[in-house]
Amino acid sequence: MRGLSLLLFITVAGEATTDLFVTVASLPPELEVSAAPAGTSPVTARHIPGPGEYGHPGIALARSEEEPAVPSTEDGESSHPHGGGGGGYEIVQWEWSYVKTPYIIASWLLVASVAKILFHCSQRFTTAVPESCMLILLGLVLGAVVLIASKKQTYQLDPGLFFLFLLPTIVGDAGYFMPARLFFDNLGAILMYAVVGTLWNAFCTGFCLYGVKMAGGIDEKVNAGLMDFLLFGALISAVDPVAVIAVFEEVHVNETLFIIVFGESLLNDAVTVVLYKVYISFVEAGPGNVYTADYFKGIASFLIVSIGGTLVGLIFAVILAFVTRFTKTVRIIEPLFIFLLVYLAYLTAELFSLSAILSMTFCGIGCNKYVEANISQKSRTTVKYTMKTLASIAETIIFIFLGISAVDKSKWAWDTGLVVSTLIFILVFRAVGVAGQTWFLNWFRLVPLEKIDQVVMSYGGLRGAVAFALVVLLDKEHVKAKDYFVATTIVVVFFTVMFQGLTIKPLVKWLKVPRSTNRKPTINEEIHERAFDHILTAVEDIAGLNGYHHWRDKWEQFDKNYLSKLLLRKSVYHKSELWEAYQKINIRDAISVIDQGGNVLTSARLSLPSMASRTSFPEFTNVTNYLRENGSGVCLDLQVIDTVPGAKIEEELETHHVLAENLYKPRRQYQSHYSRHFMTVGEKERQDREVFQRNMHNRLESFKSTRYKRHKKDRSQKKHKGSDAKEQDTSDKPRRNVSWQDRDPVVVPMAPEEDIHDPSEPDKDEDVGITFVARKAPETPKERPKSVPAALDACQSPVAAPPSPTCGEKNLPWKYGMGSLPPCVSVEANKIIPIDLQQAWNQSISSLESLASPPEPQHPRVSALSRLGGPVRTSANGKSGGGVGAGSGSNIGSPSSGQFKFPTAKEEEEEGALSQQQQELQALMSSLTPPPATQSAGKRRNPCVYLRSLVTVPPSGGEPQSRRPTQL
Amino acid sequence: MKETGFSHSQITRLYSHFHSLDKGENGALSREDFQRIPELAINPLGDRIINAFFPEGEDQVNFRGFMRTLAHFRPVEDNEKNKDPTSGEPLNSRANKLLFAFRLYDLDRDDKISRDELLQVLRMMVGVNISDEQLGSIADRTIQEADTNGDMSISFSEFTKVLEKVDVEQKMSIRFLH
Repeated sequence: MRGLSLLLFITVAGEATTDLFVTVASLPPELEVSAAPAGTSPVTARHIPGPGEYGHPGIALARSEEEPAVPSTEDGESSHPHGGGGGGYEIVQWEWSYVKTPYIIASWLLVASVAKILFHCSQRFTTAVPESCMLILLGLVLGAVVLIASKKQTYQLDPGLFFLFLLPTIVGDAGYFMPARLFFDNLGAILMYAVVGTLWNAFCTGFCLYGVKMAGGIDEKVNAGLMDFLLFGALISAVDPVAVIAVFEEVHVNETLFIIVFGESLLNDAVTVVLYKVYISFVEAGPGNVYTADYFKGIASFLIVSIGGTLVGLIFAVILAFVTRFTKTVRIIEPLFIFLLVYLAYLTAELFSLSAILSMTFCGIGCNKYVEANISQKSRTTVKYTMKTLASIAETIIFIFLGISAVDKSKWAWDTGLVVSTLIFILVFRAVGVAGQTWFLNWFRLVPLEKIDQVVMSYGGLRGAVAFALVVLLDKEHVKAKDYFVATTIVVVFFTVMFQGLTIKPLVKWLKVPRSTNRKPTINEEIHERAFDHILTAVEDIAGLNGYHHWRDKWEQFDKNYLSKLLLRKSVYHKSELWEAYQKINIRDAISVIDQGGNVLTSARLSLPSMASRTSFPEFTNVTNYLRENGSGVCLDLQVIDTVPGAKIEEELETHHVLAENLYKPRRQYQSHYSRHFMTVGEKERQDREVFQRNMHNRLESFKSTRYKRHKKDRSQKKHKGSDAKEQDTSDKPRRNVSWQDRDPVVVPMAPEEDIHDPSEPDKDEDVGITFVARKAPETPKERPKSVPAALDACQSPVAAPPSPTCGEKNLPWKYGMGSLPPCVSVEANKIIPIDLQQAWNQSISSLESLASPPEPQHPRVSALSRLGGPVRTSANGKSGGGVGAGSGSNIGSPSSGQFKFPTAKEEEEEGALSQQQQELQALMSSLTPPPATQSAGKRRNPCVYLRSLVTVPPSGGEPQSRRPTQL
Repeated sequence: MKETGFSHSQITRLYSHFHSLDKGENGALSREDFQRIPELAINPLGDRIINAFFPEGEDQVNFRGFMRTLAHFRPVEDNEKNKDPTSGEPLNSRANKLLFAFRLYDLDRDDKISRDELLQVLRMMVGVNISDEQLGSIADRTIQEADTNGDMSISFSEFTKVLEKVDVEQKMSIRFLH
């Protein structure tokens, strides 16, 4: 909390982003470039009567007051360098004014993002409370903090910022990912609600408020005439896209309902803009100077604004589609074109004071089909994620700022009569309007809108930030009652977003509104629905009706013959949509199967005897994630890109062969990629791989040896005294491996090699493992006290050596992490060795150290192996781990020393010999560095051959030297 | 005309259209009459749909048959949903709509869509830019997805099951003018 308040204080000290021009002016010329993008906000003055009027009159003053205060808060950090620097040249300088603007912006983004994380901590909470509510509440709290800290409200939702940056990101996302078919299927209804409904709401609210005012229901202080109330009615009546998206995406009503409310909220922008401007001009001209001609001008203006906006959008859509046709060689900037041109569509419409939202929406809808076909898969993902990220963060900021703005008491004045009557009127007229229009529409609609649909539509008429920004833009010179309007707008927005947003979910549940099914079409549906379209078109033609399907078919013909030819790449143009759909579905099925059986997958993956398959796993997971986003272009969800669609089990089975095809290819590709890397990889990776190879080999060997484990062990101990030390340590090590592995329930199915070779063996091993665990547990308390000091000096001191294996072991993830083996290994995706391999590797280490497969101190390989464990220890101890496995050792993430449960993986019969061996090991570890290098050099010589031998050749027995490539 | 469920004005309107199509002036439409409709010529499934208008083995369709076929596409109305089930299934029921679509695939009328039949329809719908193997894999996949009894063809019940999540009532309906 302190950190938060500090952050706030810094941002407060920096003032709002709106006084950027001050910053720009004070910056040295070379810095202007960096400040320029943000500095465009003053240019927004198209909307803004003048920066001082609504903004921050005392900017310069506030700056001079607050800036000196900032260094003092930061004294803890800044005093050091200052003290050291003395006079003259300062080593570290306080450059607040230099970084201020981006710093503030970044801080706000950070606050907003962190807020989101916090909200989503509790799943149950977020399902009940919409995020927008929480954000507004957070905004209120932050606003209060700022107000208390600085005595004046420096932040509020700046209309320029809102209209030029925040709104476009949301509208752009909404337009680009608009389900076009659904949108046009319901276009009639959407237009009806957007135009007629908004007009109805605006006029009725305005007139009725005026009536209430006349009747004395509103205080005398509210100095407003009919025009003022009509103006207010116009801005308060429009359903807000931001609020609708935020609330409805969590409700998941059926798509028709969603698209109607959502489409309405986007398309009513033209009406709002025109009404707003017309009334502003009327108000400014004064009621007496309005002539009849002006009303007709208003109507003409509406047509121009809406149609012009749409045309601008479509023109940009064509340009965009055309441009992306030629980006094949510059794939990397493909996404940029999309963002730029969609945004330019918005700005151009603003430039000509057309409806910018309409423009952007239609640009998005229009270009989507062609652009998605033209750009590469990666660009598609980039576009999708970037748009979602931007829209999500913009939405967050809007709601937070709405909350913050509400705190500023100086901006608004309260009148209960006005607030209450406005609330009542907008609710009543919305309901009446929806009912009336729906009655009319149902004459023409194929599927009539039901009563419950109408209830949800009425209730879903949320007002939001657009209304607030518009009301803040009002000119107080002309609109005397601006403060009252601001207060009322804030209340209305809060009421609709918070109260209605909170209650709409229970309402939808209670009314049993058909929910949307988050389901992707199957190939059958794709084909048959296409056939349905053709059938309907033909039947309409036969019946002599020029209905909707007739025209859609006409459009599709036109699109196919001209537009697609012009706007699509040749290669894409010749592809069949059906084939694309088929491929998409194939990929999706493969992914869903993988996703559904995370654990199954892991085991399945391990059951594939190819090592390359394992190494490719992290990569493949990425690929799947990446491909999954592919099919959900229709998803309007801002945040969640769909959760795994529940595919039927039978479907899974049926698509098994498809899966096989899909799964094997990337593996093979990756293998080559992998081996190409093989020769050039850095030290760490190579070592990781070596360890992994060795481990794999050990495992294989172990299958041979498991059956005779006990014997071997005895034998090995004898041999330890005898000459053949190599064999003994290899045979010991693998045995441990297996038992460790089998101990873990998740990993049990992961050891398929065993199953292949001898199904009875794993059971045996498992028993050993389990009993072993049981036995160890009681020993834990005894060992624990020792291990803590041991952790400190284990590596150097032979005296502390006995518990040292515990230090090594406690770092091993399988101790606590393995039981819940993550289904998705992508955490480790940056590593060459995936988690399971690392675990296996660690197991081998542990078996080495703890079992103390009685090593020959003189033998270099033993010491090399023990060195592998060394870095794990050292990394935990905070010492520089220069050892072989340093990379993976640190990768595991060193846990605290108190967590381990199995202090020593000693076997009871070995306990006597163990401590001595450990001492020897320790001594070796601290002294020996070169051996690992020699060994690894030998190991990496022929990895591919080695791999193949692992895959195909059944374990060739406990041949000790077989680890060396020469023996493979 | 009760069985079709069309209103009087709709019937009148359609009858006049029927006459305008009927170039032979004999009260029945032939295949040629249908093929004269220009839009049907560019409809990939045009021929199949024309065939659907003709009862098996005949090449004339009178107004009654014409209306019966069109009635499949009448939207389902509210008052029909809760009508008593004894009166028999109306032509525009979900099952009948589906059956109409099913018959388009099922050329040999054995109540099964075989792989070949599916391939033919797919070929009509995708154009020439897609290779036979691609089309074959689509067809295989489609059949696999729908086939529950393992006979490598889609029966009507399987067809219905596959499309059970689709809003057939809406997607196989046309708004006839009142």
